Amino acid sequence: MRFSPASCDDRAAMLRAVRADSIDDLFAPIPAAVRLDRPLDLPDGLGELAVVRTLKGLAGRNTPAAGLVCLAGAGCYDHYIPSIVDHVLRRPEFFTAYTPYQPEVSQGTLQNIYEFQSMICELTGMDVANASMYDGATAFVEAALMASRVTKRSRVVVAGTVHPEWRVVLDTYAASGNISVVTCPANEGMAHPAVVASMLDSDTAAVLVANPNFLGHLEDLAALGRAAHGAGALLVVSVNPALSGVLEPPSAFGADVVVGEGQPLGNAMSFGGPGLGFFACKQEFLRQMPGRVVGRTVDVDGRNAFVLTMQTREQHIRREKATSNICSNHALNALAAAVYLSAVGAEGLAEVGRSSIAKAHYLRDALVASGKFSAAWSAPFAHEFALRYSGDVAAMQATMLERGYLAGVDLGRVDPGLEGLVLFAVTEKRTRAELDSFVREVVSL
Amino acid sequence: MSADVTKTPLSAPSAGPRGLILEAGSPAARCFEAPALDVPEVPASALEGQARTTSPNLPHVTEVEIARHYHHLATMNFGVDSGSYPLGSCTMKYNPRVNEDACRLEGFAGLHPYQPLSTAQGALELMVSLADALAEVSGLPGVTLQPAAGAHGELTAIMVFRAYHAANGDVRKRVVIPDSAHGTNPATVAMCGYEVTTIPSNERGGVDMEALRAALDIDVAAFMLTNPNTLGLFDENISEITAAVHAVGALAYCDGANMNAIMGKARPGDMGFDALHINLHKTFSTPHGGGGPGAGPVCVSAALAPFLPGPLPVRLDDGTFGLAWPEKSIGRVRSFFGNFGVLVRAYAYVLALGGEGLREASEQAVLSANYLKERLKGAYWLPYDRTCMHEFVLSGAKLRKQYGVHTLDVAKRLLDYGFHPPTIYFPQIVDEAIMIEPTETESLADLDRFADAMIAIAGEAATDPDLLHGAPYTTPVRRLDEARAVKQPDLRWRPAASE
Repeated sequence: MRFSPASCDDRAAMLRAVRADSIDDLFAPIPAAVRLDRPLDLPDGLGELAVVRTLKGLAGRNTPAAGLVCLAGAGCYDHYIPSIVDHVLRRPEFFTAYTPYQPEVSQGTLQNIYEFQSMICELTGMDVANASMYDGATAFVEAALMASRVTKRSRVVVAGTVHPEWRVVLDTYAASGNISVVTCPANEGMAHPAVVASMLDSDTAAVLVANPNFLGHLEDLAALGRAAHGAGALLVVSVNPALSGVLEPPSAFGADVVVGEGQPLGNAMSFGGPGLGFFACKQEFLRQMPGRVVGRTVDVDGRNAFVLTMQTREQHIRREKATSNICSNHALNALAAAVYLSAVGAEGLAEVGRSSIAKAHYLRDALVASGKFSAAWSAPFAHEFALRYSGDVAAMQATMLERGYLAGVDLGRVDPGLEGLVLFAVTEKRTRAELDSFVREVVSL
Repeated sequence: MSADVTKTPLSAPSAGPRGLILEAGSPAARCFEAPALDVPEVPASALEGQARTTSPNLPHVTEVEIARHYHHLATMNFGVDSGSYPLGSCTMKYNPRVNEDACRLEGFAGLHPYQPLSTAQGALELMVSLADALAEVSGLPGVTLQPAAGAHGELTAIMVFRAYHAANGDVRKRVVIPDSAHGTNPATVAMCGYEVTTIPSNERGGVDMEALRAALDIDVAAFMLTNPNTLGLFDENISEITAAVHAVGALAYCDGANMNAIMGKARPGDMGFDALHINLHKTFSTPHGGGGPGAGPVCVSAALAPFLPGPLPVRLDDGTFGLAWPEKSIGRVRSFFGNFGVLVRAYAYVLALGGEGLREASEQAVLSANYLKERLKGAYWLPYDRTCMHEFVLSGAKLRKQYGVHTLDVAKRLLDYGFHPPTIYFPQIVDEAIMIEPTETESLADLDRFADAMIAIAGEAATDPDLLHGAPYTTPVRRLDEARAVKQPDLRWRPAASE
């Protein structure tokens, strides 16, 4: 199957126009020594029906969580996505467009980003937000790098309760030598403010935490904020936006930068990507913020219009002095998030959060009461919690899978130090009946 | 306005600006409601003083208001379906619809990243097969699919280079980059803690070998090159370039933004490059999404493969699929496995085209670019008059000198003719640059229409330069006050009461 509309006659006409005898004449600038003198070793192309059959075959060899009673989270969540979201995403004017460099014909993308930035500010309590980033982990790292630029300090302290993969990403970026990372070990599943405070020094740029943290617990943000600010460092908080309708924005506790993974807002789980990272901060850091930003202005006729702005921070202008090398954002995922937030509104978002939290507490109480699971920690939590399983976690998950349940995340797979623990997440999609049957079945193993 | 507007945009007519969705609807309006709570409510006191006290100001709208709002926004956008989009170095090719259906199959879109791997065998096999195909196209055997975009791929590769040098006990300080490079290259180098050394291009638009040799020493970690370069020219000295880089123990990096020119014709691995990123959202037809999500897989030589970020999807000895960490991995560059939904689309494209089809796509892309170049080089100045690859760069300098018309004016006038403008003012080494990449999915008729418009605009520049200075006239909004956007930043909506 090919997508090039040129016919044989067209090609012949074009070759004549460029005075070439054959296509290969046009590749003459490639030295013979590096020309590929054989066909690519790839299968023959397929027609659309065969492409569909092949991909359906591969998809059919997966057992997607979305078709199960999904109790897994750990950074990727099974929330309901209102139908309108994908109908908007399928508009080719949105998905086939490039970055809005020509604002006169990109007002759709630009206005959406402005609205997205506004909504993220509302959720996080911050003054400004960017157009989105690759994912929560990279937004988190960019926050650490920005804190270093803002404070002119080079060290960050990250809570050991932050998602283990995010901490690996932070360490990977830090290996380049621009910042150094110190990890504050988890204390009873929490970042202990006094321990964090004891690790801060005059070169510490930021304290980085997640709320809820990776284990679902609510951190003591106020105390962490006091500790950070007491040492002249910024407080960077990652939040789960699905809970932003019910939890205070981190601004209430003094956060300077708020980031997070936006997948729970209208984006499919899709094996972990693409989702989006969001990045919001106080006004005073605007000129050090990474990524694209859209502003509202007027056109020559005085009409409201939107445009990429503050671009002197960016790589295409500043090159090696840019605030980040980021070029693309995740505009289409940000569109999904904005449509989602429009669909649920403040009341719907609060319902999603309240319902997820209530169902998580209901499930945890039932599992602990069953005697097959025991509480790993006693810290307050929201819609995610870790329990120790009395038997073999992998075997339990395998059996429950056959019965139609994705029984949480095996934490031993994510962090060897957490062997034997299962992390459960519950969303508004789960019903009491599903949770009751899950408990009944898992107890009977 | 006395514009002689002879053409209207190919996109649907738009009524111009629209109010914000945050100001639409009415206070009681709702779209989605969560199901009624069927378990006991958790009291706010359980949230340890963190229960939200004030509601976020989000839209209050019904579904029809959402549908109409985003419909209206869509009509103000120009996409590949709206018309020709010859944006240089961005490869705005047609996005096949079967790709969009494939990534939405529940067996892909509904996968959780921490499902037991036994329940995600099809996804892992897809990733292994895509990585194999990219290795074959690039001539570089080690592949990570984790990077989320081209710039992210560059960053990954330079991190891999740093780790490779460090493993050899080799501390190096600088990365050399030609002056024609994308801005992401130097920005990436800075993020990796290296200094940038910029070298000039030669009179043929290629790497100046003398300048390169002078810049290379044992402090150099890498040389980054886009090949074909941002002028659309294939560097004839490529083997000498990579040999010179290797001679001082440095590594050669290929920015793969322009891979659409050479699939099945030449491979960066065979040119001596040690690493390459591929923009799946350019070369492999996945959509640009208005600025993402893309995907920027990195292909590396066997010597660098142990340093790739992990985990990598792999085929196991028993024929099943799993995950493995490279022996000396740099770590991770993002969470989970990358932009999987984008990988599915790219694999659908590989399946559809096959090896022959990929080669034919590159051949047609190169033919289309050369055809347009021939048609336009009379009306505009062509600073490097050579056979080009998939794109070429014109200069508007003569229009400026003769008529006071800038490249920006030409670009804005193209909007009135129903075309998305080419990339402008890049590469920076060409005065008033106009960088044109038609791609293989433009028909001959569309190429001719675009050429006719460009030629007509060059004529307008001579007869009525003010017409161009005022363009565009037919778009949903006209030229913007960008200075005001910077001086009086308005980066978010606020509810009226709090202003």
